[in-house]
Amino acid sequence: MNINSNKYTYIFAVVMVVLVAALLSIAATSLKPLQDKNVELEKKSDILASIGIKGENSDSLFALYIKEQLVIQDGQVVESAISPFDIDMAKAVAMSAATREVPLYKAEVGDETFYVIPLRGKGLWGPIWGFFALKGDGNTILGATFGHSKETPGLGAEIATPIFQDQFPGKVLFTDQYMGIEVRKGNASGDQQVDGISGGTITSVGVQSMISDCLAPYKAYLKSISSESARPEMTETLDSTLITASI
Amino acid sequence: MKPKKEGLFSKKNRSLLIDPMNANNPITVQVLGICSALAITVKLKPAIVMGLSVIVVTALANVITSLMRNMIPNRIRIIVQLVVVASLVILVDQVLKAYVYDVSKQLSVFVGLIITNCIIMGRIEAFSLGNTPWKSFLDGLGNGAAYGGILIIVAFFRELLGNGTLYDYPVVEWMGLYDLGYKNNGMMLLPPMALIVVALIIWVQRAKTPSLIEKD
Repeated sequence: MNINSNKYTYIFAVVMVVLVAALLSIAATSLKPLQDKNVELEKKSDILASIGIKGENSDSLFALYIKEQLVIQDGQVVESAISPFDIDMAKAVAMSAATREVPLYKAEVGDETFYVIPLRGKGLWGPIWGFFALKGDGNTILGATFGHSKETPGLGAEIATPIFQDQFPGKVLFTDQYMGIEVRKGNASGDQQVDGISGGTITSVGVQSMISDCLAPYKAYLKSISSESARPEMTETLDSTLITASI
Repeated sequence: MKPKKEGLFSKKNRSLLIDPMNANNPITVQVLGICSALAITVKLKPAIVMGLSVIVVTALANVITSLMRNMIPNRIRIIVQLVVVASLVILVDQVLKAYVYDVSKQLSVFVGLIITNCIIMGRIEAFSLGNTPWKSFLDGLGNGAAYGGILIIVAFFRELLGNGTLYDYPVVEWMGLYDLGYKNNGMMLLPPMALIVVALIIWVQRAKTPSLIEKD
């Protein structure tokens, strides 16, 4: 058979393409459940890491510590068709801060309550994300974790290291009014300032705008928590609107 | 068929494996695969992961194309090679994502770089289309390892001098050099320094290997 004839070339190309397509789609579909599970476990362990809990089995730890998951829209707890855990932050942040529905995770560790807020924004080369954990007063930062997909190793990628993240605990979001967190170039000393990454300016600026953009929908809600926690005799009145974990 | 059966590790076969390490190194002698050598040698860890994945992909792609070498129509051979390499990389990536998620997160950015790596296409085109699967396998293994080796050498110097760490372990701090006033050289982290380090390696290699020096 002449393998360089037109007929053979066409047949070879068609057969090859069909075979490869079939092989790849079988691989993709059969591995999809495992991959989805990995992504879910990673998200759970990221949420747990922001409140300082690390462990092998994030599934059971998540069920143990995360007591409530709420959907927040423009500072109010709302009912939503989609479960808080399944909210796609990439789509949410594309909407304006007033209209987007965002999740809030409420964790109980011992007798303390923590709030975990997901963040998502833009770095230099691609998306960056993270989680902010706030103490029970809805104001003081307990911990922050950041992730990225393709920031420069050694420069922007340093936001994912403890050196950068360890600056956040103890900072406060509100003084009299909402202040947010400023990522500064040098001389970060205030309650609302952290030191940016040298050589990673665009990523650092991205972190700052991500924080201010993603915290915006929560402001009113956090403010109400912090004024409530200042007056301990007031009881939690939002119970009726809480959406319980559905995972 | 050959009249005389050749041993699995005959002298000729061994040289297929070992030659790329020195006299025929894909990066320093053939100057292929420079783009990825620039991109991922900032730190040792991604360089090692990249080296390993390129070894797997070159070896497998070489074997597969070598098995098909008598069936591939000449006019679309480059496309066929590309399809083989691309589907291998996608397959490897999918399996990593499902079973070793942490490694796949390290690798995911570089998957595109593996497909476009000129060494892989170069070896298929130059070697496996004309040789038996076993020889092609050795050739792929040798070239992948030689590529990974250079990557690791470059990444070693860039991470050590630029970041003061090795495999994320803070060696410079451990040696106490910072207390003596030593500072990391941030320039080592920038892409051009990878070229300069590769150039230095080429210099050393040429000085030591007379056969590489041009006559004039």
